[in-house]
Amino acid sequence: MAREESEGSKELQSDSLVELKGVTLRFGSQTILDRIDLEIPRGQTLVVIGESGCGKTMLLKVMIRLIDPTLGEVYFDGKLLRSLGDVELTALRQRMGFVFQNAALFDSMTIGQNVAFPLRLKEGLDLAQTRRMVLDRLAEVGLPDNVYEKRPNQLSGGMRKRVGLARALMLEPDLVLYDEPTTGLDPIMSDVINELMMRTRAKRSVTSVIVTHDMHTARKVADRVVMLYPLSRVRSGESQILFDGPPDQLDQSSDRRVRQFVDGQAGDRLMEMRRAREVGDLETPNLLDQMQD
Amino acid sequence: MLQGLVDYIQHWGALTVRGVNAVGDITLFATRIFRWLFVAKPAPDTILPSFYAVGVLSLPVVALTGTFIGMVLAVQSIGQFRSIGMESRLGAVINYSLVRELGPVLAATMLAGRVGSAMAAVLGTMRVTEQIDALVAMGANPIHHLVVPRFLACVLLIPALTVMADFMGIVGGYFFSVNVLRIDHSQYLRNSRDFVGGFDLFCGIFKSIFFGAIIAIVSCYRGFHCQSGAEGVGKAATAAFVLSFVLILILDLMLNILLDGVATILWPRGNRLF
Repeated sequence: MAREESEGSKELQSDSLVELKGVTLRFGSQTILDRIDLEIPRGQTLVVIGESGCGKTMLLKVMIRLIDPTLGEVYFDGKLLRSLGDVELTALRQRMGFVFQNAALFDSMTIGQNVAFPLRLKEGLDLAQTRRMVLDRLAEVGLPDNVYEKRPNQLSGGMRKRVGLARALMLEPDLVLYDEPTTGLDPIMSDVINELMMRTRAKRSVTSVIVTHDMHTARKVADRVVMLYPLSRVRSGESQILFDGPPDQLDQSSDRRVRQFVDGQAGDRLMEMRRAREVGDLETPNLLDQMQD
Repeated sequence: MLQGLVDYIQHWGALTVRGVNAVGDITLFATRIFRWLFVAKPAPDTILPSFYAVGVLSLPVVALTGTFIGMVLAVQSIGQFRSIGMESRLGAVINYSLVRELGPVLAATMLAGRVGSAMAAVLGTMRVTEQIDALVAMGANPIHHLVVPRFLACVLLIPALTVMADFMGIVGGYFFSVNVLRIDHSQYLRNSRDFVGGFDLFCGIFKSIFFGAIIAIVSCYRGFHCQSGAEGVGKAATAAFVLSFVLILILDLMLNILLDGVATILWPRGNRLF
């Protein structure tokens, strides 16, 4: 990988779109992330797995500089995020999209206004153009035109996640960060979201980082999987990278902790699908059969 | 014994450090608001809802409480004034108290309770549900987008609310004194006019601007620094009101001393405070 550092490490010549070097995150006396090194090449879909509370979401927030790491450096497209001023950082963030766990849609706005929000920083767009762009984006994530005037509280969890994705894609970003995109959704809706993430990647060649503990999502969409694991079992956090490789190597990992996590999560999903079939929620039981295979 | 003393010192030391940190934090927060006031104009679709919530929706409650405060002042004072045969001066006392003190403090209290708590709760909920993070992630500055419109609404509209509280209090006091307590209306009006001047009205309005700023800064700060969960949002809303109210009273004392000094310079023969 071609790399060259300049101007006191403020710029980095690299093939990677995102690079984390020795990132440590502490809140008070508690260490959440411990010396994380990670490179994400352009166009790659990286899935970050790990138990709840191991710092996966914090890792995403560090990548977009919603939180500054206590130690270490984060580069986006070769630029050191810490060295950027407000204006430069704002411009850079427009090249990133963030899909939040609960979508984080603005309650006070309609769905149309939510999806159009990133466009307010763009000049020269009239209302008709904005509306057309929003409707196009909503259609892309499989939502009908009539959601445009609705409020977030009138939509289901899956629809809100799709609106969140539409909003994140509005400015055609180079990097999309997904925080638990399938958590809290039924297996059918989880698969819809997985398909959307894969379609987005195929259509736009975006780099994606997906944080999840859903192994089905990890296997389906990942080019590469990274597993965070806490050093100490006594308290959460202090996580380091335990596994880094393609998803098909997860099952071949000899590490007992990786095996435990992978088997446990797969078992959880199977149980969840069985429950869904019992109560008649699952309209496509063949998914369950695929899982059992 | 010695351990107890050490614990005591540690406890108060930690409290002091936390207090100093909080003052520093809130000062930095206020500085960012003032900076963003001049960096970029807030969008009309963010400023109009804030003006509507602060100005239009607060008007009825401020008018109603102002009216009753005027009447209560009349009821409370009439006994003492009658005992010294000065009931015709009741109007002067009611109107002076309202214009200089009760009008601005009452309007500010209503605003802190009705609008300040709501601001802290809304911003706190936005913090807890990651809506503020979403704003930042989309390249929008949350101070510019969320705080500046609320700050402007509080600072620019509280003088109007104060004038409304003054006016309705004066009307309420007059109505109750003349129609219920049977005080001669011409004497009531003459004394009111002679004892309450333009400077008194200015003092009330001048103070209210600072009260509005305090309410907006404290409430938005509490909302932005809300702890997670429904309990965190509730605590932020309560703390916003309590802290705003305490700071309003402290600021009221300081501004009264300052304005008295100004009055002494302008009118040297007047009654001095010190």
